[in-house]
Amino acid sequence: MKVSGAAVCAADAVMLWYSHVNRYNPGNSRNPVWRSVLHDCGRAVCMRLTHALEKNSMEYVISVLLSGISVGGQYALIAIGYTLVYGILRLINFAHGDVFMVAGLMGIYFTAVMPITLSIPLVILVTVALGFTIERVAYKPLRDAPRMSVMISAIGVSYLLQNSATYITGGQPMTYPTIPFLASTIKVFGTHTKWVVILTPLLVLLLVFLLTQLIDRTKIGMAMRAVSKDFETSRLMGIKINSVISMTFIIGSALAAVGSVLFFTNYPAITPMAGAMPGLKAFVAAVFGGIGSIPGAVIGAFLIGICETIIKGLPSSWDVSVFSDAFTFALLIVILILKPQGLFGEAATDKV
Amino acid sequence: MAGYICLLLLIVTILENLSMFIPGMPQVLQPTSPLFTVLKKGAVYSLVAVSMNLLNGFTGLFSLGQAGFMLLGAYTYAILTVPAKMKDQVYYLFGGSLLKTSLVDIFGAVFGTEGVGRAIAMVLGVVLAIVLAGCVAAFFAYLIGLPVLRLKSDYLAIATLGFAEIIRAIFQWQRLGPITNGANMIKGFPTFTSFNITDSSGQVLFRLSTFVPFLVSSICILLIILLINSSYGRAFKSIRDDEIASEAMGISLSKHKMLAFVISSFFSGMGGALFAMYVANAQAKAFTSVMTYEILLIVVVGGIGSISGSVIATFLYVACSEWWLRFLDSEMVLSSGFKVPLLRNGFRMVVFSVVIMVIVLFFSRGIMGDRELRLPGISARPVRPKSADKGKAAANAAAQTVTEEKSSDEQEG
Amino acid sequence: MSAETKKNQESALHLENVTMQFGGVVSVNNLTLDVPKGKIIALIGPNGAGKTTAFNCITGVYQPTNGLISFMSQPMVRTYPRGKDAKIYKGEHKDTYAGQPVLTPTPDQITQLGIARTFQNIRLWKSMTVFDNVLTAKHMRAKQNVFSAILRTNMKEEKRMREETMDLLKEQGLESFKDELATSLPYGLQRRLEIARALATNPKLLLLDEPAAGMNPQETFELADFVHEIRDKYDLTVFLIEHHMDLVMNISDYIYVIDFGSEISQGVPEVVQSDHKVIEAYLGIAED
Repeated sequence: MKVSGAAVCAADAVMLWYSHVNRYNPGNSRNPVWRSVLHDCGRAVCMRLTHALEKNSMEYVISVLLSGISVGGQYALIAIGYTLVYGILRLINFAHGDVFMVAGLMGIYFTAVMPITLSIPLVILVTVALGFTIERVAYKPLRDAPRMSVMISAIGVSYLLQNSATYITGGQPMTYPTIPFLASTIKVFGTHTKWVVILTPLLVLLLVFLLTQLIDRTKIGMAMRAVSKDFETSRLMGIKINSVISMTFIIGSALAAVGSVLFFTNYPAITPMAGAMPGLKAFVAAVFGGIGSIPGAVIGAFLIGICETIIKGLPSSWDVSVFSDAFTFALLIVILILKPQGLFGEAATDKV
Repeated sequence: MAGYICLLLLIVTILENLSMFIPGMPQVLQPTSPLFTVLKKGAVYSLVAVSMNLLNGFTGLFSLGQAGFMLLGAYTYAILTVPAKMKDQVYYLFGGSLLKTSLVDIFGAVFGTEGVGRAIAMVLGVVLAIVLAGCVAAFFAYLIGLPVLRLKSDYLAIATLGFAEIIRAIFQWQRLGPITNGANMIKGFPTFTSFNITDSSGQVLFRLSTFVPFLVSSICILLIILLINSSYGRAFKSIRDDEIASEAMGISLSKHKMLAFVISSFFSGMGGALFAMYVANAQAKAFTSVMTYEILLIVVVGGIGSISGSVIATFLYVACSEWWLRFLDSEMVLSSGFKVPLLRNGFRMVVFSVVIMVIVLFFSRGIMGDRELRLPGISARPVRPKSADKGKAAANAAAQTVTEEKSSDEQEG
Repeated sequence: MSAETKKNQESALHLENVTMQFGGVVSVNNLTLDVPKGKIIALIGPNGAGKTTAFNCITGVYQPTNGLISFMSQPMVRTYPRGKDAKIYKGEHKDTYAGQPVLTPTPDQITQLGIARTFQNIRLWKSMTVFDNVLTAKHMRAKQNVFSAILRTNMKEEKRMREETMDLLKEQGLESFKDELATSLPYGLQRRLEIARALATNPKLLLLDEPAAGMNPQETFELADFVHEIRDKYDLTVFLIEHHMDLVMNISDYIYVIDFGSEISQGVPEVVQSDHKVIEAYLGIAED
């Protein structure tokens, strides 16, 4: 099936508009040089878009979108961990991406010695233990220290996890085991894709639903909301700060472990650095959505996942796939400048 | 101060050349010894660490863009100094470079390409390229600083980190190949060893390969120290302590933050150029966020807000990673036949990160805290006069003062 | 001094219809007041009346939602509610300043004009010595640039700054503490240091935000003399917020009273003291 009609027409129309603007209003423009540059760029982009759309089939477009949604879902699972921790501790937990990577590695090592049905729950359990331990060892002693110290400690933990992973794996990329059901292919909208791609967004929505229920309906959820509003007052009101914080790390790590199973089924090579980039992107997603907001983080993650795969999926002759990571950060800088509190976040002010 | 620097440079030069003039020197003084690797890398890294400290420690701006500015510096230096005759070879994938000549060649046309003229041309070309490397980094810092310096602590950190990643992607873009050589490395430009004085056959007569990074680094660090002890340095510190009070006392936040950011990036860029000279290539892949983290951890270990701490920590760090702890990476069997467990490739870095974590958690003031190492004859105004009475605040005494400081902090809290 | 003669004097600071609204909350409502040159004027009111917010509007920490603030008869801050603020604006004079150029200088620009302030909760630079705290405040007026500072070609200027700092410290009786950390001083001296730091910026108008807070009676008593002394010596105008009624009645030439952001009374101390509206607003705290 060719992409006919709408998309190509739209691109053509924009191109026509550009030439129109340039042809009929030459004297009207205040800055002719700028205008003609704009015209040329616009023309080039439009022509290329038209060209690319004509050349690629609808199946290709759908498969790009699908994988975008699934990557986005996996980022969302990591992003929730960031947003929860930031909401409560005001800490960018730089180690979170590496916890995700370690969960992936554990998936490899555990599956080697036991059946998958057993290894996946065990991975989640051990990752939770890891997240809990990191908080107790590296962040709790610095509870009253300046924020910068805690962030440095987080960077230190990240460094430690990466170096330990290098040591254990010997620095070689490891291959994630094939999980029979998730990795099997299925045909949707005329394109072949893995089950994991279809399942991820559904699973994310389910988990987010459960999480919001937990936060809105349970006592610990109420405590979490209170602590994120005002740390000191909650402490004075007798909320057990430490157990609330541990809970956030437990939830975050569990979701990261689930995310690792899904992510590495899609991209099976794990290096010690494999967690850093997804981690940073998930953090950007959390900022994008408004840090501290779970729906915000999820929406941000889906957006970033989709944009990223679209950039990667653009014709290789354009040479832009190298910018798929950079795009995320450009988006981050733009959002921080235009709307620092993100899509759903609350602005904070200092008292003088 | 200048006297101490001259003395240091003299010692380095003598060390470097001892094996040349006195035969039978121990292995450690031979040119291939890890000692010189450590000295060179330490000189380069200490400049970057000090420039990061200027920003993070003295101005209180938590920036993680250091690797990005180093990359800009390294590439600027490399692009400007690859000799014309090497261009086709280096840029063979792109059919030669867009820039047909190099600074060294331009000066060569003035001073000649033989003997002393060639030496002058190279020195001038390299120095100019290093300074331009700093300028390019500073210029980009200015551009990025306009929007991001308004952000609060951790947002600033993540925005600058993101900026560094964007820069890295741009320099790996194949379309810019004729300038940046795409994702491939640029090499063939003058390095530290190019400064060794040789005779016509290439035989080394006098080594300057360690002297050069020391010279550049110490001049830059001296300038940073002068800045920190000036009126502007005090303004930076005041911003770190209390932004609102600084603003109320007429210190423009935007101007001074930008100033600190641009100056720090300028020196990071120069550090990047030196780094390119040290590793003899420039490749975007090397300047990842891990590099920034490494430098940040050095700064923390040395003590945030202490220049001498950063320098000491850099040399300790580099010496441990390149030399003293190397043995951890190779398997070791004792003479009794006992194979030491755990030792294999990668263990060094694990030990390293554990040590760093211990310092971050239990000695968060680092080696020097916010004090400076004081040598007799240097009359910089003391940061904390009480410790000045104690006289010698040497590195070994610092450990003790750190604990004292800690306990007094606890009492206050 | 009567209200009549006050009007004839040249004004140092003049607030006209200043309103500060945070979201739906009006902290300062249509405040108009005048601080004549060379006088000591007080702004009083119960807790949460909006005194510090008014100060923050004057010093540029907040941009008022509406109103005009003039300094030395020159417009310094001028705003009117725009965009989203215009829809939720509750105050008066919504259109008085509309269309006029908006002036929203930053705090440092305002200090540059000659307004210096102290803070209610002391904000000294805590890692610096007493000497450096005052010296750093001189940075703004120093004739130098980064290069001259790095290359030490500004030594003359630096020397002058240090001498002036030393003089200031001597005068405030702080010279024996000059190498102590600022935060290690007793509370009363920290307040003094904050005033010294503010004086170091060569102000024409000094804003004191609760200068006697946390001081003992003796220190408070001395403070009154001290404020008079610096006013005369530096040819200052002083505008202060205070809770200690003794002090306020003792030193002020004229008093403005606000409650819930609006002015409820003004006049010379004797008049304000006997105003029943003021007594009402203060009921229960009046003996303070």
